[in-house]
Amino acid sequence: MKNILTICQKEIKSYFVSPIAYALMAIYAIVSGFFSYVAVGYFLDRSIGAMAGRGGPMDVNEWVIRPVIMNVGVISLFLIPMITMRLFAEEKRSGTLELLITSPVRDYEIVVGKWLGALAMYTCILALTAVNLSVLFLFGSPDWRPIATGFAGMLLQGGCLLAVGTFISNTTKNQIMAGAMTFGVSLLMWTFDWFTGFKSDAWAKVLAYLSLTAHFESFSKGVIDSKDVIFYVSVIVLGLFLTTRSLESLRWRG
Amino acid sequence: MIKVEGISKRYPGQTAVDNISFEVEKGQIVGFLGPNGAGKTTTMRILTCFMPPTAGTAHVAGFDVLAAPLEVKRRIGYLPETPPLYPEMEVAEYLQFVGKLKGLGGDQLRKRVAEVSEKCNVADVSKKLVSKLSKGYKQRVGLAQAIIHNPDVLILDEPTSGLDPKQIHETRDLIKGLAGEHTIILSTHILPEVEQICERVVIISRGKLVATDTVENLKNRMHGSHVIGLTVETEIDCRPVQEKLERVAGVSRVILKESFTGSHSFEIESLQGRRVQADLARAVVEAGWNLTELRQVSLSLEEVFLQLTATEAAA
Ligand SMILES: Nc1ncnc2c1ncn2[C@@H]1O[C@H](COP(=O)(O)OP(=O)(O)OP(=O)(O)O)[C@@H](O)[C@H]1O
Ligand SMILES: [Mg+2]
Repeated sequence: MKNILTICQKEIKSYFVSPIAYALMAIYAIVSGFFSYVAVGYFLDRSIGAMAGRGGPMDVNEWVIRPVIMNVGVISLFLIPMITMRLFAEEKRSGTLELLITSPVRDYEIVVGKWLGALAMYTCILALTAVNLSVLFLFGSPDWRPIATGFAGMLLQGGCLLAVGTFISNTTKNQIMAGAMTFGVSLLMWTFDWFTGFKSDAWAKVLAYLSLTAHFESFSKGVIDSKDVIFYVSVIVLGLFLTTRSLESLRWRG
Repeated sequence: MIKVEGISKRYPGQTAVDNISFEVEKGQIVGFLGPNGAGKTTTMRILTCFMPPTAGTAHVAGFDVLAAPLEVKRRIGYLPETPPLYPEMEVAEYLQFVGKLKGLGGDQLRKRVAEVSEKCNVADVSKKLVSKLSKGYKQRVGLAQAIIHNPDVLILDEPTSGLDPKQIHETRDLIKGLAGEHTIILSTHILPEVEQICERVVIISRGKLVATDTVENLKNRMHGSHVIGLTVETEIDCRPVQEKLERVAGVSRVILKESFTGSHSFEIESLQGRRVQADLARAVVEAGWNLTELRQVSLSLEEVFLQLTATEAAA
């Protein structure tokens, strides 16, 4: 446990002493700020229409908070590969992995420590959304529950993609390769459920179940469904387990 | 302390280490020699549990590298070929991080960081970023990192590469000072270094063990015979001188080293166990020449090394 913490701390520090953390946070702040602005603007426009008698009353949660949270998911699709690509690739290239592996630390401690560090970085980025959304509380009183569950969902979903990215970063010395592959795989996992639009055989159902977005639906509505939590947690555990195994097997091959 | 039994390491299409066995006693300093690509780094990586051997076993401090890697890792300090440094860390911060990984904490950690910084002469750069250090300083930080947890066994892959002469000297002294309590294996290409600090050498070439012995024994064994340097002053040509020397009883070979008008130098090899100095001297004097030099030549470790590894290559 102590070792996991040591490695996690080191990862967090290395994000924040390099420009990576600030660059990612800046990109995120601009893009998500723009999305929030659009969502709010859209909402205002429509609610003026609603007051004029077209349609019923409108809900901030439905029209602002949900789209903002869904958009966060899309942005994170781009940011997560940039967070995870360096995790192992960089240490392999610079030879520091030799230090970690020859220290009295278990392989899974290295993997979990690194993943936690990446998760912490991701959480810092997500926190910026909280700033965006808190503006809504200044001017109204939206339901806070979907926001809270939405964040929980974002963390779990992000955790899955981070685990995938951690695994991929361990397969190469090349950071760019790791980033590109993580992006591709994340995009696939994100869109698996598109099959169900035109196919409904068993395969389509399996793939739809594996889709990350399908399990996010309930979170964005303010509900925490244990089925979805279990899904996300198992993807994370599986990803980290596979990373640990590949760390071992890469050594066997030399 | 270290026991290597028949380890091999095969990469796809290549055998890097082929059935090597040797032992190192507690407190010894062993030099690990071999030409580039001989398998030194590979062997060290197996001992430090970085990679498992394809075949064979190795024990460090009584623990099997395959069965109890954590126990082995706790007792080993390792300086890889390229020092494993994080460029974005400050030197002191880096040493703290490594110390924590090795299981140190609290006051002990702080004390050790200060101690090893002092020992390895990096105290003056402790607040500098690792990326801003020169190569030699990086090497020193690498060495400091290896000894931070005061390990029983030190494995140093070319510890003096990239250091300036003064620093090389200090590092050698440091390593010598560590012997006794610590068992040390170091690889190097610098042969005088081995003669200066190592008690034993393990020579490998192309993955195979060529020799393992004390430095002294190795030098003697390589001869099997003694080599004598001899210089003669005479007006005549070198040929008849050489022939005369070859006829002396017990001489196996006479090699002409240098020849000027009036002075010829030879290296003379004798048969095993024969002392031929007196006979040589008499032969020279009886012929009416002047004997200006007669001395025992000792083969340098470099020559031994070249002979051993060359034989292997020819085989
Ligand atoms: N990861 C690897 N994959 C394939 N072959 C390798 C790998 N690492 C080393 N080798 C090969 O194994 C052999 C031994 O390499 P090693 O690094 O142990 O040599 P060395 O004795 O340390 O050489 P040097 O003096 O140059 O450091 C070399 O022929 C090398 O090409
Ligand atoms: Mg080497």
